Amino acid sequence: METAFLIVSAITLAGAVAAVSLRNLVHCVLAAAVAFAGLAGVFLTLEAEFVAFAQLLVYVGAVSILMVMALGLTRHVTAPAGARAWAPWTVGVGVALLVLAAVVSAVPAAGGPQPAGSGWVAAVRVMGETLMTRHVVALEVLGLLLTAALIGAGVIALPRRKDEE
Amino acid sequence: MVEAIDQVFVNLKHAVVGWAPPAWQAWVSAGLTVAALMGVFMSLFALVVLLERKGLGRIQNRPGPNRVGPWGLLQPMADFIKMLTKEDVVPAGADRVVHFLAPVAMVAPVLLAYAVLPVGRNMAAVDLDAGVLYFFAVGACIELSVFMAGWAGRNKFALLGAMRAIAQMISYELPLMLAAVPAVMLAGTLSLGGIVEAQAVPAGGWLARWHVLTPWGLAGLALFTIAALAEANRSPFDLPEGESEIVAGHLVEYSGFKYALFFIGEYLGMFAVSGLGITLFLGGWRSPASFLDWVPSYLWFFAKLGGFVALFIWLRGTLPRVRGDQLMALAWKLLVPMALLNIAVAAGWHYSAGWSFAGAWLARWGLGLGILGLGYGALARGLYESQGFGPRVYRFAD
Repeated sequence: METAFLIVSAITLAGAVAAVSLRNLVHCVLAAAVAFAGLAGVFLTLEAEFVAFAQLLVYVGAVSILMVMALGLTRHVTAPAGARAWAPWTVGVGVALLVLAAVVSAVPAAGGPQPAGSGWVAAVRVMGETLMTRHVVALEVLGLLLTAALIGAGVIALPRRKDEE
Repeated sequence: MVEAIDQVFVNLKHAVVGWAPPAWQAWVSAGLTVAALMGVFMSLFALVVLLERKGLGRIQNRPGPNRVGPWGLLQPMADFIKMLTKEDVVPAGADRVVHFLAPVAMVAPVLLAYAVLPVGRNMAAVDLDAGVLYFFAVGACIELSVFMAGWAGRNKFALLGAMRAIAQMISYELPLMLAAVPAVMLAGTLSLGGIVEAQAVPAGGWLARWHVLTPWGLAGLALFTIAALAEANRSPFDLPEGESEIVAGHLVEYSGFKYALFFIGEYLGMFAVSGLGITLFLGGWRSPASFLDWVPSYLWFFAKLGGFVALFIWLRGTLPRVRGDQLMALAWKLLVPMALLNIAVAAGWHYSAGWSFAGAWLARWGLGLGILGLGYGALARGLYESQGFGPRVYRFAD
């Protein structure tokens, strides 16, 4: 388990670093997809199956494709030559540190890491039951929102009637 | 005896694993499973390519391949040798690394998808708790490989084809998943093994409770099959290939074995998604009735898979290719609303299970099919009248 965790976290970090440092935007997107997939691997080593598959489905399957589609609408895929500006770098590192601080401070609030063998499992059934009982309102609202967005996408694509034109 | 024939491969694997030293047993077990899956489905691929060429030939009133070996049976071997020995051409302006990685990124997720597919009793490589989700998750990774293939060649036709393919796969992934939702809901599990279990012959009965034997299952299978055809880039949804206008889409800059890998990936993807359809709606490896239980489970699975493949070949030989706007309209305006309606019908079927008056079964079927039929009628009429479907209007030619 330790070895697997080290390998996938190395892949994730390498992908993330490549995503922000490569000069070709398409390479950046592909590297980001590698980082997303690596993160799914990290979730798997933590025995969070559902989160891992959702990560793969949403990030590799949808978010990176969204970035690819956005690239298709972009004129310059390769960055202009020249030295990298330092200002974006400092901002980026600052934001990353802020996020890290937020996550680290949130860990004790969530009850901290569960001791091994405490019988706590992130089984899909348990997650489903929690979602359907404790968090049912949030789930319903999210479902409604997504369905509305879905139908809205279809409505936008409908041809306009003659009198609207 | 029946039990022994049904479990012959499982027992064989257990025997080999037991014979291995204890430290290696996990690796031997995994290796054997992977080797068996690869061997069986690769052989099936070779066979299906030949059968497809034969079948298309028959439909087009010609004999098909018949020169290499008896009835052309050795044609796949000849094609394989040709593919291996062909020159691997990489365009001068290509992004060499991405160009090389794209076929690998195509085949690897497809092979991963087979891990959860139960091809027989006790014959799934792993029975994951979230099997259906896993299947869709690895399937979603294929789209990126198509983009890689289209972009790396520095060819505008390849990029156009890749964009077409991505738009199509994204659009049809939605109805594919929504069509699978009722089966997951009613079985109460995301595990493929659990879904097969939910379709077993009930105690005291003789007819299996295949999901296709319900109104929502019937509609779900139809929706799933249409969406699966589009996901597999099969005719009539083979616009990404579009050989008449963009030569071969994202495959245009590939030759030799890289092209063969895409070809293999496409066919194995078709088998995998058919296998998922079989598991969700057609009872997986289960026989339709208890008196047919003596037929081994894996034979049932592959017979159903053969049925799916035959349907796909038949459709390819029969239907013309759809237009791009028709393709999108079909997914977003017909399949997605129908799949959402189907989920509601499945919920109604679940909650009306307690009805016990005379003719309750008929009433449930009538209600389910009625709602689906009314929804389809209204949608189809609305789409036809708003010119989303229907005959093409020639604005400037008249």
